[in-house]
Amino acid sequence: MATAVPMATRIPVRISVNGTEYAAEVEPRLLLVHFLRDNLGLTGTHVGCDTSQCGACVVYLDGKSVKSCTVLTVQADGGEVQTIEGLAKDGVYDPVQQGFWEMHGLQCGYCTPGMIMSAHSLLQRTPNPSEEEIRHALEGNLCRCTGYQNIVKAIQYAANQMSGAGVSGNGSGAGTHNPQDVGDWKGELAGEST
Amino acid sequence: MVAAQEAPAKLVGQPLKRREDPRLITGAGNFLDDVKLTGLCHAAVVRSPYAHARIVGIDAEAARRMPGVVAVFTGEDLAEVNPLPCAWQAGNVQNNVNTPRLLALGEVHQVGDPVAVVVAESAYLATDAAAAVEVSYEELPVVVDARKATEPGAPQLHDNAPNNVVMNWTCGKEAAEVDAALAAAPVRVNQRVVNQRLIPTAMEPRGSIGRYDEGTGEYTLWATSQAPHVHRLLTAAFVLGVPEQKIRVIAPNVGGGFGSKIFLYFDMPLVLWLSKQTGRPVKFFEDRSENYLHTTHGRDHITDIEVGAEPDGRITALKVKTWANLGAYLSTIAPGIPTTLYGRMVAGCYKIPNIHVDVTGVYTNTAMVDAYRGAGRPEAAFVIERVCDLVAAETGLDPAEVRRRNFIQPEDFPYDSGIGMLPYDSGNYELALDRAMENVGYAALRQEQAARRANGSRKLLGVGLSSYVEVCGVAPSKWIGLAGEGWGAGLWESANVRVHLTGKTVVTTGSLPHGQGHETTFAQLVADELGVPYDDIQIEHSDTQGTPFGFGSYGSRSLTVGGTAIYKSVAKVREKAKELAAHLLEAAPEDIVFENGKAFVRGTPDASKTIQDLALAAHVAYDLPPGMEPTLEATTFYDPPNCTFPFGTHVCVVEVDRDTGEIDLLRYVAVDDVGNVINPLIVDGQVHGGIAQGLAQALYEGAVYDDSGELITGTMNDYAIPRARMVPTYELDRTVTPSPVNPMGAKGAGEAGTIASTPAVANAVIDALAHLGVRHLDMPLTPEKLWRAMAPKTG
Ligand code: FES
Ligand code: FES
Repeated sequence: MATAVPMATRIPVRISVNGTEYAAEVEPRLLLVHFLRDNLGLTGTHVGCDTSQCGACVVYLDGKSVKSCTVLTVQADGGEVQTIEGLAKDGVYDPVQQGFWEMHGLQCGYCTPGMIMSAHSLLQRTPNPSEEEIRHALEGNLCRCTGYQNIVKAIQYAANQMSGAGVSGNGSGAGTHNPQDVGDWKGELAGEST
Repeated sequence: MVAAQEAPAKLVGQPLKRREDPRLITGAGNFLDDVKLTGLCHAAVVRSPYAHARIVGIDAEAARRMPGVVAVFTGEDLAEVNPLPCAWQAGNVQNNVNTPRLLALGEVHQVGDPVAVVVAESAYLATDAAAAVEVSYEELPVVVDARKATEPGAPQLHDNAPNNVVMNWTCGKEAAEVDAALAAAPVRVNQRVVNQRLIPTAMEPRGSIGRYDEGTGEYTLWATSQAPHVHRLLTAAFVLGVPEQKIRVIAPNVGGGFGSKIFLYFDMPLVLWLSKQTGRPVKFFEDRSENYLHTTHGRDHITDIEVGAEPDGRITALKVKTWANLGAYLSTIAPGIPTTLYGRMVAGCYKIPNIHVDVTGVYTNTAMVDAYRGAGRPEAAFVIERVCDLVAAETGLDPAEVRRRNFIQPEDFPYDSGIGMLPYDSGNYELALDRAMENVGYAALRQEQAARRANGSRKLLGVGLSSYVEVCGVAPSKWIGLAGEGWGAGLWESANVRVHLTGKTVVTTGSLPHGQGHETTFAQLVADELGVPYDDIQIEHSDTQGTPFGFGSYGSRSLTVGGTAIYKSVAKVREKAKELAAHLLEAAPEDIVFENGKAFVRGTPDASKTIQDLALAAHVAYDLPPGMEPTLEATTFYDPPNCTFPFGTHVCVVEVDRDTGEIDLLRYVAVDDVGNVINPLIVDGQVHGGIAQGLAQALYEGAVYDDSGELITGTMNDYAIPRARMVPTYELDRTVTPSPVNPMGAKGAGEAGTIASTPAVANAVIDALAHLGVRHLDMPLTPEKLWRAMAPKTG
């Protein structure tokens, strides 16, 4: 939080966020979402609840999607974080982002960064999910605007793009992860691991 | 999915993907909590843990000495500041008005009432210090139920509201006349229905940032707002007593509202006041628990219904008595919702000759209740759509047949329902019903249902219909003024359309989005009407500095009222362009044709002036016709002659497990008529989201208080916002009956889904149990409730 304020205990952390290494001294209680938003100014990650229910705050931590409102910054020390801001590369949207745009998978857009990150994580684990699998994977993400139907379609669109000939979320430049990263992403759902 | 009925005339009618989305899918949106200001402080609010209590003392000394604390204030410090205004009171009756102060003074009336505020260098430090503010209370008796609150001996909330009554309001015929019609009716049904309290739950909570500029004496308020101009007006003139022009209100990207961000809340004037006191910009951003406790709730009606009908299903009399729980104080437009927007809509799609509605607004020790998506109309639709099914059950007729026999017919429009609503503009209710029944395969479903009942299947099939009509685009100021509807002001909208020297076009509008895609829809409209490329059009909104006055976005009114203001401004710009073209082409203005962005003399389209040529000529102003002012722009203040009335029929098909009460949503078919559609992608999205919210009321959601006034459903753990797995696939279709009220023929689409879906789903579930003698169950229709309803019948 605000660096001008003297605090009793501060702990040094080094965290890589979207490929940039950051060093900071933070209070032990500082939540990762607030570190991202307030210390780094990465406000694409949102806060929609105080009980780890809504998923507006989902980011990748070391290749696993997590609810950043439920992770302490000090727990991310030495880790690699990827946020919604790091998903598009060189002005090319990730297929999941493109899917949300094409299929009208968002209205107010407040849930959207977390939705996209969770959907992205799903497609890393399950490249061709059924509708049932998509709806299940979104268990930890709430949207109050869309009624979910177009979110499901957005994710199906992305799955098609990523599996379709020549269009890939990982190797085509549309994604930001190298294949090694992807190989490690077989962990639990965002919502369930935190 | 949706039948392509929209004429593909240029961009209007096309499912363009939204121009708002790129920033939102990349994390570049700018929501309230994302606004970055130098020197920003954070406010944390100390809230009452009691639902009703006298504040005995507040000790803030320890908090003031804590690290990072800038200041602490209590209600005493704000004693000179006015309470919030109530801008829409029930018409033609006495309203016993009590509105909240910015911080409570003397007494608290609900859990979560703000009693003190801490300003500190960070949100963490502010929260720490708020926890250190010692408040001592003397507890007072509590009442949370609206009917109990009006009974003798109930705890009293406010001195000026005996028996906790806000107002008693009626509409329709005299009670005695309707009683006589009821007495004469061969078929009679009485039923109490509860329309439970809901929590709107926009995914972005509410917040505000205030900045006072000592140099200019000007205030800037950033707020999660559906109505920035109104918030400026109310804050300036009613609360702080600051000249209106000294306050600027900006709504950044707003993360959903559903009504809950229409109202003026304590924090909006408070952050401005705090900024002036501390010399620092101050932010308040509620957390979800605060949002659930203290941002407005919706619905919460208890209604006694008496119906009279003929054996052929024709409804002859309807008497409705409603207790509307308005919470601890009156929110900005609270009394208007259960009166004008509910009472005057209970006739629904049907010709009912005798109607009497009686509404009592009540104070209780609960959160304030105000407009929530649909606002009054979902409650009305729920009443009348339950009535249709109750009459069907009583007469043995099919629910579809009861609706059909009572429908207002296409030739009846404009139709006066006789209970003080403006005339319904246009409609073809039977067509939408027929289409919905065909799409769902209604006859086959009824056969299947009969077969399952005959063979004792444990999977009970239920089919629920909901034929709805709603009032949208609420505006006509004359109606509001003359009929004693109690509104604080007219509800016109405005827009300026300006073609710059470069041909780039800027629209400033008083309407604003919080998820509905105004920038896309409005640009489609302007592109077609003005012939300027879509990408050259910018829609500016949400800032009182630079946009003309608007009353805000709610009630599905942005397109029908705000959009019409844009449409008319474009027409004025076109007229001026034609006049200029006539001058430059040396022709008479009446001989000029304007088509696709080009003006030419009729019959000679090759010698044309483009809108860009004309914009340049109008700006350089070297050669204008005598008397013509430079530039190419126009402003319109649009006050429509009537409201608009979208309608349709939704059908829900459910399967209820006879042994567990679990519900499977098998099908959801919707046929909506929102008039002409500009962007079907956006309209479908509105319907999807609306259906989800409405079906969630039927099956999942309900705000629950215990007897001490504690909100039991105070977090997302306890309040059942639907998740992706809890909603079905929506099968949408449309009929198109243009509204004659506005030149686009649009009716409005934001609330239809919510209004229609609650009764469709509830009727389906109750229908599944009908053969077991179940006529009605109150929502939410949880498996436990169904299991209990079926239990006496199980062996
Ligand atoms: S903010 Fe709601 S789950 Fe993290
Ligand atoms: S788009 Fe608004 S909450 Fe999902």
